[in-house]
Amino acid sequence: MRKSYSEASARERVLGLLDAGSFHEFVPPSERASSPHLAQLDQPVAFDDGLIAGRGTLDGKPILIAAQEGRFLGGAVGEVHGAKLVGLIRRAVAERPAAVLILFDSGGVRLHEANAGLIAVSEILRAICAARADGVRFVGLVGGSAGCFGGTGLIARCCDAIAISEEGRLAMSGPEVIETVHGVEEFDSRDRALVWRITGGKHRYLLGETDRICTDDIADFRAAAIALTDGPAGLTLEDVEREHAQLAARWEAFSDCADGLDVWRRLGVAAPEDVPMLATDAFTAIADEVRP
Amino acid sequence: MTRDELLHAFFGAEDWTPHTLDEHYFDGRARVGNETATIIGTAGRAEVGVDLCLRMASAVLECVRKRPDEPIVFFLDTQGQRLRRHDELLGLNGYMAHLAKCCEVARRKGHPLLSVVYGEAVSGGYLTTGMMADACYAVADAEIKVMNLPAMARITKVPLEKLQALAKESPVFSPGVDNYLRMGHLRAVWSGDYATRLAEALAEVRAASSHEDRRMQLGMERGGRMAAAPIAERVAHG
Repeated sequence: MRKSYSEASARERVLGLLDAGSFHEFVPPSERASSPHLAQLDQPVAFDDGLIAGRGTLDGKPILIAAQEGRFLGGAVGEVHGAKLVGLIRRAVAERPAAVLILFDSGGVRLHEANAGLIAVSEILRAICAARADGVRFVGLVGGSAGCFGGTGLIARCCDAIAISEEGRLAMSGPEVIETVHGVEEFDSRDRALVWRITGGKHRYLLGETDRICTDDIADFRAAAIALTDGPAGLTLEDVEREHAQLAARWEAFSDCADGLDVWRRLGVAAPEDVPMLATDAFTAIADEVRP
Repeated sequence: MTRDELLHAFFGAEDWTPHTLDEHYFDGRARVGNETATIIGTAGRAEVGVDLCLRMASAVLECVRKRPDEPIVFFLDTQGQRLRRHDELLGLNGYMAHLAKCCEVARRKGHPLLSVVYGEAVSGGYLTTGMMADACYAVADAEIKVMNLPAMARITKVPLEKLQALAKESPVFSPGVDNYLRMGHLRAVWSGDYATRLAEALAEVRAASSHEDRRMQLGMERGGRMAAAPIAERVAHG
């Protein structure tokens, strides 16, 4: 039976993704690892600070897993939240799981503890890049209701592979921020269709920013996570040279485009205006013909 | 300080050879102690967009390809990531993450990475450049922040007066290089004798036995970030 990934809590996602009964949590809510900074601002706390970290098996393979809770302060990264993820990455370097799975659901840095959050994001970026160079594989899943923005958008793109749902959003700055700074004519954040054509799963998949696209179904994300766990690990000069060439080619090809529709047309999608309505299977078949 | 002041203060007239000197980007090579370093910088409160990410990544990769072991020093003045629909359309976060990966590859290939904030460094513009360095520094009149307090008050709905009062005691949310020093991100804040400080910083990174990120530990020792190190330890080894 289909169970919505975006509507599930972080804990439900973790339990639904992993093999039944295999999940073991590190520093669980019973240990009360809450933010030490929120109380002074009269904000509620969460006993896991909005991040679940643990181990389990996925299709029989040992993995480490982290999941952000988008319902708690938009999944934003604070001192404890970030430190838990850094700790999990360090653990991965020692334990060598088949992969580290990160379930993103976050608007970025938590403003209530902005400096701690920013430093934490930078520590996560450094830790992931270093662990990759040491041979640990990272798989990111993007399909939470808060999207994957700001610092977490950077963390996601430091992973080896990403699966995103059609409803998933992956970007740096959110549309609201851009609209606030440059006005509604620059980016109308209430135009949902436009927001999806810029930040949404289908556009990201067509661009080559993600490796899989799924429906908003936990079982589908599980299948994607299993598939993406299998793959090479490492971060070499050749890897970044290849990525550099791809990103430079993208800039060359689309630097005058203003909308996802322009990009899709230039990629060779025959009927770009139909893309938003296509079912995932039909979309994937068309996208795989043209994506770089 | 401005870029002209920076270059004069750190390198004088003789010790700096520019390769590119644009309004918002510069690179070149400079004398640091008894070594030659690659210099990569942003200027004039640069917005970090797709094009600037590519230029910086190109400069890092060129150094890795052509000049083994050469130190790379980032000098930063940035208002943050470019807040435009167009950059987001192309996947700005992917370009910025690419820069972070290039930094890591350079580190692994034996290039010491240093960063110095000399103007302003705001969140996304700082994360994948300066914050990826082995050792991060700022000059005393620089500014590091995520957001100013009035904007933060608007978004968090916490009254501005309250934020201003709390900012006097807590380094955790308000702008300022001293906060980033107390929290262990910056190794030091420099206010003179810049050429010597930079040479000493490079020697320290060269002498370090590992690339381990020790900022959490430093934040705890300085009393500015007490929760992170023990929590990370519990998850890593608990």
